[in-house]
Amino acid sequence: MKNLIRFLTKNSFVFLFLFLLFISFALLVQNNNYQSSKVFNSSNFLVGNLYSTVNNVNDYFNLKEVNAKLAEQNAKLQSTQIGTFSKIKGIILEINDTLYFQKYVCTAAKVVNSTTNKRVNYITIDKGAANGIEAGMGVVSLKGVIGTVKNVSENFCSVMSVLHEENAVSAKIKKSGYIGSLVWELGDYRMAQLEGIPNHVKLNIGDEIITTGYSMVYPEGIKIGKVVDFYLPEGNNFYNIDIELSVDYKSLSYVFIIKSWMKKEKKELEALNDVK
Amino acid sequence: MIRDLLKYAFHFFLLILFQGLILNNVEFGGYFVPFLYVVFIIALPFETPNWIVLILGFVLGFLIDCFTSTLGMHASATVFVAFCRYYLLERLAPRGGYSLNATPSIQDMGMGWYLFYAVSLIFLHHLFLFYIESFKSTQFFYTFGRVLASTFFTLILVLIVQLFNYKSSKTI
Repeated sequence: MKNLIRFLTKNSFVFLFLFLLFISFALLVQNNNYQSSKVFNSSNFLVGNLYSTVNNVNDYFNLKEVNAKLAEQNAKLQSTQIGTFSKIKGIILEINDTLYFQKYVCTAAKVVNSTTNKRVNYITIDKGAANGIEAGMGVVSLKGVIGTVKNVSENFCSVMSVLHEENAVSAKIKKSGYIGSLVWELGDYRMAQLEGIPNHVKLNIGDEIITTGYSMVYPEGIKIGKVVDFYLPEGNNFYNIDIELSVDYKSLSYVFIIKSWMKKEKKELEALNDVK
Repeated sequence: MIRDLLKYAFHFFLLILFQGLILNNVEFGGYFVPFLYVVFIIALPFETPNWIVLILGFVLGFLIDCFTSTLGMHASATVFVAFCRYYLLERLAPRGGYSLNATPSIQDMGMGWYLFYAVSLIFLHHLFLFYIESFKSTQFFYTFGRVLASTFFTLILVLIVQLFNYKSSKTI
């Protein structure tokens, strides 16, 4: 017995080594079976939490890229929505077997500058002639109408926003379908006026105002705002209507520029009428 | 003494996190896989009791295993290295033993000594680890190639870590 103890203490290092190695191998072998790996794998509480924290931090570094990607994707989706297509009727449908063709195409862009407190307000965005942007195209955000492209440089364009004295957007009341024109006067950047609604139209506070699509600048049905106040001035046939704009021009980030495939065709057709 | 303990404890956890969160994601074609954490065993002072080295090796390997969910694999390899370290240090001891307060570093022991010491331990560790990992497979030469490539990779990292450890007092 004494000898045995002496032997053990003398070689304690080797025995400890063998013991630990044995534990390791036992773990290794046991780890192969499902139950124990379930307890000790990397979904292990502490390490799992650590990993998710690290992932959280990593996510922040990618945010900018992800935002840009999302905006692009939104634009793509927006331009495949039913509303931007026209239905082909009659014989073409049968021949081509194509239900829809595209009327509008969206390009995502980022707002790089904007004003709201001037008489004529412009927004600068980061897409220009190089991206196929031309003057006269419409600009919208997910919240609603922004304005029309006025000037284009190689890489930027400036957008005449709704907050511009000379910019009148053709608008209609969603419920009744009556058409007026939206104007803005210096003052509150959240409010605009709707003109040209005759006095026999029934109005309610909260009525939604949307685009008509007549000008072919914006697709039909893009939100503009809602009625917050209206009254009939004495001896006047048209309402004064105050509209709260759905877009907050002070917090713009990503917008869509809308290219209309058929605007030119429509203009040419209408020009024929003028000649006569 | 307490300061040294804290320093090594700090290195211990830093190495585990560095290995688990960063180096485990580094891989060049599956050939070069750095296992820097073994530098902890390499750099323990000469006077550390052997059984502590063994146990530290086991705990270190076990914690690394938690990250890769390969329980026992790294643990066995580090225990093996801790065991080999003892005999290697005995073999490499200068005449009259190691001087007091010396640590296994380039600074204290010289480049030649350190390279031989570190390369041996890293090689043994990787040899053990990669063959345990590929347990059943028959790709003997492929595994050996991985061992050599990864040993080289780890060695470079270990030498970089050595640069961090240069004490400025000696250079003055």
